[in-house]
Amino acid sequence: MSLMQRMRAWFGKPDQARADRGLLVFENTGEVLRAEAALRKAGLAVSVQGPPPELRTGCDLVVVFALADQLRVLREMKRAGLAPLSAAPAAGPLLEPVSLYLVKDFGDWLMVRAANMKLTVDKRTRVIVNVSGGGCPDVPWLARELTGKTLDAAPRPRDLGHTLCGYALDLAFEEMLRRCSR
Amino acid sequence: MLAVAGTVPLAHLPVLEGVADLEDGRLRVDGVDLDLDRGTPALLASACAAARVLGRECPHAFLVGDTGPGHGSRLLYAHLVRRLPATPASVLVFHYFLPDVDWHAKVLFAAQSLQPLPRLVADAGFMYAAKMSGQAAEYDLFTPDAGELAFLADERAPHPFYARGFLLAEEARAPELIARAAATGGAARHMLVKGGVDRVARGGEVLHEIDGPVVEALEAMGGTGDTLTGLACALLDSGRDVPEACLLAARANRLAGMLARPTPASHIGEIVARIPEALAQVLASA
Repeated sequence: MSLMQRMRAWFGKPDQARADRGLLVFENTGEVLRAEAALRKAGLAVSVQGPPPELRTGCDLVVVFALADQLRVLREMKRAGLAPLSAAPAAGPLLEPVSLYLVKDFGDWLMVRAANMKLTVDKRTRVIVNVSGGGCPDVPWLARELTGKTLDAAPRPRDLGHTLCGYALDLAFEEMLRRCSR
Repeated sequence: MLAVAGTVPLAHLPVLEGVADLEDGRLRVDGVDLDLDRGTPALLASACAAARVLGRECPHAFLVGDTGPGHGSRLLYAHLVRRLPATPASVLVFHYFLPDVDWHAKVLFAAQSLQPLPRLVADAGFMYAAKMSGQAAEYDLFTPDAGELAFLADERAPHPFYARGFLLAEEARAPELIARAAATGGAARHMLVKGGVDRVARGGEVLHEIDGPVVEALEAMGGTGDTLTGLACALLDSGRDVPEACLLAARANRLAGMLARPTPASHIGEIVARIPEALAQVLASA
């Protein structure tokens, strides 16, 4: 690696600078400032900036947060009584969350995959028997909290998780609920 | 020396550093017993089991507790920046972390200060950060599953959660997605793509496809990708080149799965227990 490449690695490439950031868009500036205060109070590192051109539908400020924390950020917003117009990756504000599911039937067990997360349930008992995939630190913890519980008794990943992996697991959970509804 | 860094799903575990030990299905690092469950402990346990078969020392571990908020990940990133320049690793593996582009760059810089340069492997959250930062090609090996491969192949996606729908993460499209990831800067120099068929690729070209033995239940089990990565890294540390290490690892992981006779409700400790036998068989027939 050349010195220039090392410098670039250290400071980040210009077009990658926003790659791990997310944006919260609100109706008005007052909500932006309330959101910033609530997130800072919750211990999250956030800032307020002008929006990219694609997102100039709300007010002229957005809250910038660590994209991996998106699930926790949205939970804090709900707790604060705030409803963002949207939450989007800074590097691609028009990108949408994954909406396609892969379902695999193992006979007595059913597996649903959403993005990088897989949830497997015993169809006879509706007990969650496995959680796999993902790469964020809340995944092994969520797996421990969910495994061995029925779909009805298990906590929702969206209520416990912190990251986009946790968010993807919640989508798989929701799809599993739909498929295993009685 | 093989060194492995990642998080453990415990809220208050401080940074641990030391040679891992595996005994009676329990992993021990720096005097602390850890459940295998999945994640970085599963990778370490697998690498440890394989290292013993290969006549190597168990991995040097860097661990920290983190249940998602990222405090632990940031402590470990900082610890690695300080410690890596004094860690004579031949293979460095980065695993479960809260992805953070800035910290990733600092850790990569520290790793690349080592002479000779270790082989660099990334999986899970650290692999996400490597791809997001545009530095994927600095790595010798990524070990994604199908959902993660779609993310690596999508130059715009900052996380698998945002991989675009036209890059359907279907098994049959893996060769196409591997080539796309390489062409768009999302791939490491080598890729071990885990799935119903495991694929070993270099520069976007698939070198090996491993499709047997077929143990369908492994796909649903948490940690089977981690054991595969652990096996590959132990084999790399034994001096094998990346494609050979990945090929043997995929065969051994599948065989360990077959020997364990798992169901989709089985747990990873059952696979880890079979790794010594499976790896010995694979090496004997190679």
